Amino acid sequence: MNDDAGPIFLQIAAQVENAIVDGSLPEDSQAPSTNELAAFHRINPATAAKGLHRLVDDGVLHKRRGVGMFVSPGAREQLLARRRTEFATQYVVPLLTEAAKLGISATQLAAMIDQHRDQA
Amino acid sequence: MSAATLDDVTVRFRGQTAVDGVSTELRTDCITGLLGRNGAGKTTLMQLLTGHRVPTAGRVRVFGADPYENDAVLSRVCFVKESQRYPDHFRVCDVLSSAAMLFPDWDEDVARSVVADFDLPRRRAVKKLSRGMTSMVGIAVGLASRAPLTFFDEPYLGLDAVARQLFYDRLIADYAEQPRTVVLSTHLIEEIGDLLEHVLLVDRGRVLLDEDAEALRGRALTVSGPTAPVDTFATGRRVLRSEAVGAYTRAVVETPSADARATAVAAGLSCERTSLQQLVVALSQPATPDLQETLR
Repeated sequence: MNDDAGPIFLQIAAQVENAIVDGSLPEDSQAPSTNELAAFHRINPATAAKGLHRLVDDGVLHKRRGVGMFVSPGAREQLLARRRTEFATQYVVPLLTEAAKLGISATQLAAMIDQHRDQA
Repeated sequence: MSAATLDDVTVRFRGQTAVDGVSTELRTDCITGLLGRNGAGKTTLMQLLTGHRVPTAGRVRVFGADPYENDAVLSRVCFVKESQRYPDHFRVCDVLSSAAMLFPDWDEDVARSVVADFDLPRRRAVKKLSRGMTSMVGIAVGLASRAPLTFFDEPYLGLDAVARQLFYDRLIADYAEQPRTVVLSTHLIEEIGDLLEHVLLVDRGRVLLDEDAEALRGRALTVSGPTAPVDTFATGRRVLRSEAVGAYTRAVVETPSADARATAVAAGLSCERTSLQQLVVALSQPATPDLQETLR
């Protein structure tokens, strides 16, 4: 895994979350198992389990005894809500910091966003 | 729960102290990486835990008992040695069938599929095998033994990158299916870093690190930039390693707190998390690196 991206179990949790957010892992579908994740990412199964348990604690996944982990109803909406909250600190604040460093005014910044809107 | 404990263990031979007052334990159902330089005492530690050697002082316990000449303990312990010797006439299949008799939890299916994966010739004499193939035989025995406590002492000697990857993949799959206590002694830290749950780093017979691998991942930052701000950042922090060229410095700095990175970035330094391998190198190098002196 990526050495610079923090603890491996958080990277595992984030990847499963991404799959839920982009819809490739729909609600009620079965999440990859600990062993599948361990084998795929070549990591210790205990680390993979820790990542999945975090998602269970957050209510994003739930266990079905003897079957595996499944995506909870409302999980996608829950993750989207959280990511929208985090958007300000993760993207807007760094953007404003860099803009201030370069002497780009708020008006200029808004114009730039408009200008590049169709590229996203 | 621990599968084995060492209690203030010392080993001296030929006037040398190979193990110097080591106390540690091997957690049950956990993959521990036993790391350290050549001659650090890794093999001696494994010999103690597998009943191949008695300590000069201190106490060794494996599954609660002294492992030395203790069949009840040793039948549950598998030691894949770096330079395992087999009887001269032994073929690959002879090694496997004697191992099958030795280990009560032996899994013939695992043995067969590892042999097939590695493409090992079952009927060839072991002494005619290449270095890499001999290592594969050891790996097959280690995995198929399903021993509750399994030691791999540099099991990859002579193995090419493909075969090593195969070993790691098989180890994860087999461990996932049948969790057990595994100790891996290795120099290829980069390759196995993500497999480890726990790290035991030894140097000159002493324990330098005995911690969860995950905790170590955030332990140090490698910061680089102009010497002055690097020095400012390093002030009050433990510097594990520092190198300079002209007025440019790169330092491995211990950073227990999470905000250290932001501080470094704010100071205009480039900054990356120190990998396990770099951390081990930084910790186990000689105390006074005189490489710079030599270069001058």
